[in-house]
Amino acid sequence: MTSATTLTASLLLPLLGAILVAATGRWPNIRETATLSTAILLFVLVCSLWPSRFDGIDQIVLLEPVPGGTLALHLEPLGMLFALVASFLWIITSLYAIGYMRAQGESNQTRFYTAFAVAMAATMGVAFAANLFTLFVFYEILTLSTYPLVTHSGTEKARRAGRVYLGILLTTSTLLLLPAVIATWLFAGTLDFKAGGILQGRVSNAVAGMLLLLYFFGIGKSAAMPFHRWLPAAMVAPTPVSALLHAVAVVKAGVFSMLKVTTYVFGTDLLSGISISQWLIYVSLATILLASLVALRQDNLKRRLAYSTISQLGYILLAGQLGNATGLIGGGLHIANHAFGKITLFLAAGAILVATHKTEVSAMSGLGRRMPLTFACFLVGSLSVIGLPPLGGFWSKWYLLLGSLRAEQWLAMLVLIISSLLNVAYLLPVSVRGFFSAPLASGDETFNPVPWPCRIAMAITASGCILLFLAAGPLVRLLETIGL
Amino acid sequence: MTDLNSLALLVVIPLLSAPVCLLLPGERLPWLLATTVTWLVLVLALMLSAGIPEQGSLDYAMGGWAPPWGIEYRLDAFNGFVAILVATIGALVLPYAAASVAAEVAPSKLPGFYAAFLLLLAGLLGTTITGDIFNLFVFLEISSLSSYILVSLADRRRALVSAYQYLILGTIGATFILIGTGLAYAMTGTLNMADLAARLPAVAATSTVHTAFAFIAIGVSIKLALFPLHLWLPNAYTEAPSAVAAFLAGTATKVAFYVLTRFIFSVFGAVFVFKLTPFGWAFTTMALAAICLGSVAAIFQDNVKRLLAWSSIAQIGYTVLGLSMATVAGLTAGVLHLFNHALIKSALFLAAGCIFYRLKSVDLVSITGLGRQMPWTMSAFTLAGLSLIGLPPTAGFISKWYLLTAALERGWWPAAILILVTSLLAAVYIWRVVESAWLKPIAIGRAPVTEAPLSMLVPTWALVLANIYFGLDTSFTTGLAGRAAETLIGGSR
Repeated sequence: MTSATTLTASLLLPLLGAILVAATGRWPNIRETATLSTAILLFVLVCSLWPSRFDGIDQIVLLEPVPGGTLALHLEPLGMLFALVASFLWIITSLYAIGYMRAQGESNQTRFYTAFAVAMAATMGVAFAANLFTLFVFYEILTLSTYPLVTHSGTEKARRAGRVYLGILLTTSTLLLLPAVIATWLFAGTLDFKAGGILQGRVSNAVAGMLLLLYFFGIGKSAAMPFHRWLPAAMVAPTPVSALLHAVAVVKAGVFSMLKVTTYVFGTDLLSGISISQWLIYVSLATILLASLVALRQDNLKRRLAYSTISQLGYILLAGQLGNATGLIGGGLHIANHAFGKITLFLAAGAILVATHKTEVSAMSGLGRRMPLTFACFLVGSLSVIGLPPLGGFWSKWYLLLGSLRAEQWLAMLVLIISSLLNVAYLLPVSVRGFFSAPLASGDETFNPVPWPCRIAMAITASGCILLFLAAGPLVRLLETIGL
Repeated sequence: MTDLNSLALLVVIPLLSAPVCLLLPGERLPWLLATTVTWLVLVLALMLSAGIPEQGSLDYAMGGWAPPWGIEYRLDAFNGFVAILVATIGALVLPYAAASVAAEVAPSKLPGFYAAFLLLLAGLLGTTITGDIFNLFVFLEISSLSSYILVSLADRRRALVSAYQYLILGTIGATFILIGTGLAYAMTGTLNMADLAARLPAVAATSTVHTAFAFIAIGVSIKLALFPLHLWLPNAYTEAPSAVAAFLAGTATKVAFYVLTRFIFSVFGAVFVFKLTPFGWAFTTMALAAICLGSVAAIFQDNVKRLLAWSSIAQIGYTVLGLSMATVAGLTAGVLHLFNHALIKSALFLAAGCIFYRLKSVDLVSITGLGRQMPWTMSAFTLAGLSLIGLPPTAGFISKWYLLTAALERGWWPAAILILVTSLLAAVYIWRVVESAWLKPIAIGRAPVTEAPLSMLVPTWALVLANIYFGLDTSFTTGLAGRAAETLIGGSR
């Protein structure tokens, strides 16, 4: 198979998987085999693109629905990285979901796995999108296909969360992102992602600033404040969905899109001339700090993690605005590192929920002794998100700090350091409380063993965090080849 | 068969089959005849449209009388497109009608129902392909009268009131069109469109011609249900038998839009309408008002069919907005949305008909939890709903893209913002249905229902799939819409 067909296949395979899952819904074992094997096959497909990562693949046009707006795929370093992370974590999440959904006795599981597979197809589309039109189309499909996942339980609370989720994501994408895309088409005469940008020399700096603003807030999935509310609201969903939202696909698709827009639509030269870019750095920094402060005050573990995600996404948004290669490497690496770190945290939080039905941090005292693996994984994930060696998160912080230094953004450096301290303050107490506090005295505690698929999934992602520290070299070399 | 005589057959076949339908015994045979005729007409329309020359039209002189004395039929890129649309929707609605109409119309009235349906089809096609404005009036009335009948045939007393309201307003509209036609005839001595287009500029400064256009514009706007002349539409669509609502939503207002466009660009001329009269601005204003108020009103409806009807009023606003831009891009967007909206709204009304077939109600409170009992119907509704909102990858998204691009090119960015905001309002009203059906528990006390019969699901899904197909491969729709717009704008220079 040529790498061009592999690109198309990686888009169609999850869709095929979705059909297969829907058709085999009556037999849970076959259905889950279908999910898992599709996920594994997709990862293999994406891996087979690795050898062509430096040459890239020029765009393959599938269809042309509107003039200038083609549905086209291409391969470039950022997309390669995102697709690798997303397709690998799909395997983990599926594995975990099999254990979790059965243990929790969730209903509508066929709908769950089907929507999940469609969301993965959309994620592949976002990762390999060769132009803004394709990106927009798959971005919207991702929003829609994750809606049934967010509202999975169908309770009033879930419906309300669904309204917030869809309301914010659709409003930002329709009112800000779509006009930005159309305006880009009218100004630049093309929507293709090109090294060095397509707007250079086509628009005045003032107009470019307006467009940057529209893109920055229009890509609501990156959860920049004040459009972040959907992410905490979506916490009502089952844990595998949280993993999908926070680590595998959704928020990553948001920040990934933003990195692509700043790199391939604006380009660093144009970006450095836009004064609004500086303001967007301040917005990113404010998001980093404020979300961390809010996270400190959350007792509900999943909400705490949700605000932590918003804060971490601020790092990647910052990376997009720094306008230098080092910062971009930091941003790209953080897509991978935050994904592995945060998915570990969520999987551990879900395991605690399955085992003890506890959601509040204050109730988790002493649990670490009963669930050592879960809490050890949580600790590893925490340390990676904080950015300490020997875990992957260290590298992304390193490159981000270096990038800020090169861009002479002293405030950004300061905020990055303060944020690490805040991360320590809201993440470490969970493990500390679990391992060292005395168990709460109440005799009637129920304790279900954590299903083995969940244990394996957590262990893999925690090891992934360590691996990303030891073997970051290939990823850095990949990201270094991004043409600026 | 592709010789020019078949242009007349497009109208003659359904027109002559209608009385035969009335004479056929039983319930099955009239339906069979109507279905056969409609499919035949679709094949004819497709064959004829394929034969339209790149620049120009197929012309046919009725009875051998050369125009401008005789009645002329003309098929060009624009009305070829509309004729295909009307025939396609008809051909999909009739197989659906067999089960749906039998459940909503008294058995004794079925032959009359199908006779009226064929008359409606003949009227709509005649209106579409004629090149003579008096003949156009006649066919428009044939279609209107038969639609009043069809609305009134539903087995509900409220249907009679709705049909009566529709009759009164429709007749006022028809009278206005007739007065306008008379005035234009008085000034030029001709009824042939091409001939009128040649003679009107000489007398364009007279108040008679202005008055003629005013009467015609208002009359057609009533048939089109352009805000604030839309009052008949919500009741008529809500109370009509489901199959009729689906057919009317996909064709009647579309043909009225065609008539308006034809009068503006091929008879009176764009220069006259947009430069010499304030009608350009009037249309823009009414279109924007329709878009806003239709969308807002739809949010507050508790009956799914009524919700869809109000949404239609907003969607008509989008097409007229495209037209009122008076640019090739704007007109392309308008014509494109005419086609796409027909696909969307017919699909939605067919899905609503499936719900009604099982529940005998389409109230939001009674459809809670229906997604579990009628998954195919509700999936169809949801997908068509996404197209209505204008989300990719559906036909509705393509419409929205073209309309936005046209508005921005024209510099109408407030209109562009309004288009975007109202598409979010569409999300709000569609989501009320989606949430009820998929996320709420099954209504207490409702007897368990099963999926709608296959004969109703297949046409519904055919339209839903068309919505997705034309959201990805748009060469047919945008190609024809673009050609139609070029022809119209080019013709009126």
